[in-house]
Amino acid sequence: MKITFDWLKDHLRTNLKEKNLLEQLTNVGLEVEGVQNLFSDKELFKVAKIIKTTVHPNADRLKVCEVNIGEKELKKVVCGAANAVEGLITVYAPPGSIIPKTKTKLAVAKIRGETSYGMLCSESELNLSNESDGIIELSSGYKKIIGKSYFSKSKSNLIDLSITPNRPDCLGIRGIARDLAASGFGKLIELKEKKIKSNIRHTLNVKIKKEKNQGCIIFGSCLITNVKNTESPQWLKDKLISIGQKPISAIVDITNYVMFDINRPLHAYDADKIEKGIIVRSSKSGEKFTALDNKNYKLEDGMCVISDHKGVLGLGGIIGGTRSGTEVDTKNILLESAYFKPGSIRTTAKKLNLDTDAKFRFERGIDPLSIEDGLNKAAILIKEICGGKISKIDIQKIETHKTKRFKFDTKLFEKIAGFKISINEILKILENLGFKFKKKKNLFELTVPSWRPDITQEVDVVEELVRISGYDKIRIIDPIKERKKPTLNKSQKLFHFLQRSVASKGYLEAITWSFTDSNYNDYFRNTKKEIKIVNPISTELDVLRSSIFSNLIIYMKKNLDRGFKDLSIYEIGPTFTGSRPGEQNIVVCGLSSGKKSRLSWIEKERNVDVFDVKKDVVQTLIEAGYKSEEFFIDNKTPNYYHPGKSGRLFLKKGADSVAAYFGEINPGITKKIDMKTESLVGFEIFLDNLKLMEKTLNGQKNKFNVSDYQKSERDFAFIVNKDVNAQDLINAIASVDQNLISNIKVFDVYEGDNIPESQKSIAISVTIQSTMKTLNDNDLENINKLIIETVENKTGAKIRS
Amino acid sequence: MSDLKKIKDELLLKLKSKLNLSEVNQMKSDLFGKNGLVSSQFKKIGTIAETERKKFASELNVIKDELQDLINLKIKEIENEEIREKLQKEKIDITLPERPFVRGKIHPVSQTIDEISSIFSEIGFSVEEGPDVESEYNNFTALNTPENHPARDMHDTFYLDEKKERLLRTHTSPVQIRTMLNDKPPFKIIAPGRTYRSDSDQTHAPMFHQVEGLHIDKDINMGHLKGCLNYFIKEFFELDKIKMRFRPSHFPFTEPSAEVDIGYEMKDGKILIGEGDKWLEILGCGMVHPNVLRNVKVDSTKFQGYAFGMGIDRLAMLKYGINDLRAFFDCDYRWLNHFGFDPLDVPTNYRGLSR
Repeated sequence: MKITFDWLKDHLRTNLKEKNLLEQLTNVGLEVEGVQNLFSDKELFKVAKIIKTTVHPNADRLKVCEVNIGEKELKKVVCGAANAVEGLITVYAPPGSIIPKTKTKLAVAKIRGETSYGMLCSESELNLSNESDGIIELSSGYKKIIGKSYFSKSKSNLIDLSITPNRPDCLGIRGIARDLAASGFGKLIELKEKKIKSNIRHTLNVKIKKEKNQGCIIFGSCLITNVKNTESPQWLKDKLISIGQKPISAIVDITNYVMFDINRPLHAYDADKIEKGIIVRSSKSGEKFTALDNKNYKLEDGMCVISDHKGVLGLGGIIGGTRSGTEVDTKNILLESAYFKPGSIRTTAKKLNLDTDAKFRFERGIDPLSIEDGLNKAAILIKEICGGKISKIDIQKIETHKTKRFKFDTKLFEKIAGFKISINEILKILENLGFKFKKKKNLFELTVPSWRPDITQEVDVVEELVRISGYDKIRIIDPIKERKKPTLNKSQKLFHFLQRSVASKGYLEAITWSFTDSNYNDYFRNTKKEIKIVNPISTELDVLRSSIFSNLIIYMKKNLDRGFKDLSIYEIGPTFTGSRPGEQNIVVCGLSSGKKSRLSWIEKERNVDVFDVKKDVVQTLIEAGYKSEEFFIDNKTPNYYHPGKSGRLFLKKGADSVAAYFGEINPGITKKIDMKTESLVGFEIFLDNLKLMEKTLNGQKNKFNVSDYQKSERDFAFIVNKDVNAQDLINAIASVDQNLISNIKVFDVYEGDNIPESQKSIAISVTIQSTMKTLNDNDLENINKLIIETVENKTGAKIRS
Repeated sequence: MSDLKKIKDELLLKLKSKLNLSEVNQMKSDLFGKNGLVSSQFKKIGTIAETERKKFASELNVIKDELQDLINLKIKEIENEEIREKLQKEKIDITLPERPFVRGKIHPVSQTIDEISSIFSEIGFSVEEGPDVESEYNNFTALNTPENHPARDMHDTFYLDEKKERLLRTHTSPVQIRTMLNDKPPFKIIAPGRTYRSDSDQTHAPMFHQVEGLHIDKDINMGHLKGCLNYFIKEFFELDKIKMRFRPSHFPFTEPSAEVDIGYEMKDGKILIGEGDKWLEILGCGMVHPNVLRNVKVDSTKFQGYAFGMGIDRLAMLKYGINDLRAFFDCDYRWLNHFGFDPLDVPTNYRGLSR
């Protein structure tokens, strides 16, 4: 909403300065978004007439215009606009002026070798509209003021307010003035309403059809006959220009003026173009009309239309149609002032993707009691400016406005606001805002002003009171440092632990979108359902991610393309299994590329491999408190991992849910997406599948129990078939005697010379120690034998001699 | 006795020459070995006359100790010499690089969430979460934003079905609804998380982070709201003084509603929070609307309180001088490394937010 201090002063008596105004607007909740400081300069923009044009000698598309700017000599201006023709009256900006749109200062400039003294302006360059096609075309009426300033002499700045959707009343300057006055910033000027005094019959029949979901409740109108639609007088033009509106013709300008002034949208029809009478009804599917934006609209069932006996004239409260629009030669007009239901307006506008000033206002709620005020104000102005005769006002309605009344307990104010104001002050504020009240015992019965659709209950009144008293009056009550509940629950603690644990292993934490490119998602979707976004911002972000890998790989590739080689990134966040709330899982997903110790003078360089990520997964889980002795790992992994170089980890053998996957990314995928790296490995830890620790850290510490008896280490080398896993050997050894075998370590795996091709050698070191005594040679020999026997029996291995 | 003296003199003489460790050890066993010179003297003790025996024995012991000391001293000398030589020979170029290591980092948004949680933890808030996919009801209707409310225009929503019943939450406020439906008052929670709007340009990302706050109890008023936020902002920016302004605004789910600005100034292209006469909007808040409480079956005549919501990414940008929101989610290795935090920098109540 754009306003000027000068216009406000039509409604507000105040001696305060603009600086105070800006502060006070913000204080009462009418946020100042911007102030355009251009008016001191705007006097420089002059009405000018092009006297002569010649084609620019060095550029076909440019013209050299000789322009009358009210001085003796014509100014030479180079201009590229197609509509810069001889005789056109337009707006001239001299060297030294600042163009409002670009904020650039004009200077005398040579354009392709021709000197240009200033510039001819388009509406968009002056921030009057978005019209940038050609320069401004002024009507012949401006002939009289060639050389004078195009803008009014007003020094009032253009103030842009952000009006919240609950305050339609402040979409009119009077509403803003009322709020300011209530807050002590000046006094609201009483309006001396002129009323139409007429005996002339309203001869055009208007009817609101009683239909289900009828969007129009009240339709007020009057006829004005024998008008002469002319240009607006200077004061009216100045007013509209001052808030960035472009004057069009008196009738249009007047309806706009009333809309901005008291937030009462009106519509003027050319009464002669209306066939028989007005019917306000719901549209039927397929009906068409051409709106004033020169677009054709095809309507659906149930949209509120203003029609005559021939068809649709316009969409009520949204936009009029070309068929009945007023023009320069319009003689008789029907002036409409109606009330449309906000919901109906919104539904229709959304379906047709239409946004207009009227729609913006009606969908927020127009004062239903402003119908006559609007007609009176506009009709009288039209008569003054365009002449003609005004008929009686006709008002059709299918519902009567119900005044809102409710009881208000003034004690609620302090209870909510936390500070006190006197009853007198409360009543004064309410009165200034337009409330009426009656005292009823300890309560007040309030009557809500008709222009405040947002106020429906007591707490809304509290807001009015706090707002007008000033939010700075709210005192600061310092918080109490007391905690009754733990800040994080166990799963949140685990989240934070895993997050930092993975980072501590050299991974950079990334945060990527929860959505991804369906093409990439398909690589990692496995058997999961695809979840499409109905209205994605781009086709590259069209589905919710089934795995974090898709995004990590996209960004990994971008980083590799930047010339980085050895990267480890991870993300902890949601992946989605369905489109219902809660069908999501938290996953920690990491990805590593390239080599370890690349170009190191001291360490051997090698590719990152599956055992790097296995380490990261296992270490992270151990750090998080899970027991590695119980982990169960096999090689059944989703198809986006290399089937032979990946693993699946369960916290316990026989557990239902997978704790983690890790492995090499399927080379088929890396090839398809053209990842240029020596190696790409990754992992996924499924937080929701990890059992939450039941005990506290204190409870997790068992009794400290170590053995000081001598321990001995024995090495074994077994020859075993290649399909036997090292884990099988380890399990076999562990099963021999849990009390004596304290550590088992694989220290060599060998395939090749001296070993049959289908077999491999696995060397294992076993630590044997008793908690009861020092073992003698005999004890050790027995255990040795038992180990060999058990491994051979259980795995088919043979001890290597 | 002369034998002993001779042995000693000979030893002294030998020890003067340059010897290695094995030569000295040889000398040691020549003297004290089973048949060594000193050992054989001891064997003689029995053959000596009783009157002389005591004296001989004591002299022998003295000389034995003396000789042993001499040899041990020599051994130590040689060992010291050996170490000295070794240390002199062994020299490396210590300016060569250490063995390679890689450093991981925590994303600034995660760090900021931990900072926020730590601050609110101190004043008794616990952390709640909700799903990213929400029902239209929880995201809008329950929050007093019915269908056709113009406030819905401010939220460009991603939908997951044609009927627009399922969507990606546009704010963290639905967590209020979930929390209050699942439990009984009082409530004192924050809810950080991902939020989504179908809006994308230099200052808007289709996904961003918000933290919701909710405090409902019997007598929580706007003063508590102001106190809580005043405390948070000072703690978060780690400043003793902060300029804060409450300004009336409108959100369908709070009444009265406010937006909060903090003072700032620009110095050398950098934003300085807390001083200056410019205002920067950082959050929206208000007293929870009775309609919302009604929707979650909380008796609004008995319970009342406040809620707030703020952009985490924006807070991180302000605190850490990050200019571009889009870069948060661009995953540029250099950016993550530059703005990321060491995983050991865990914000906590007792050690504070910063080092």
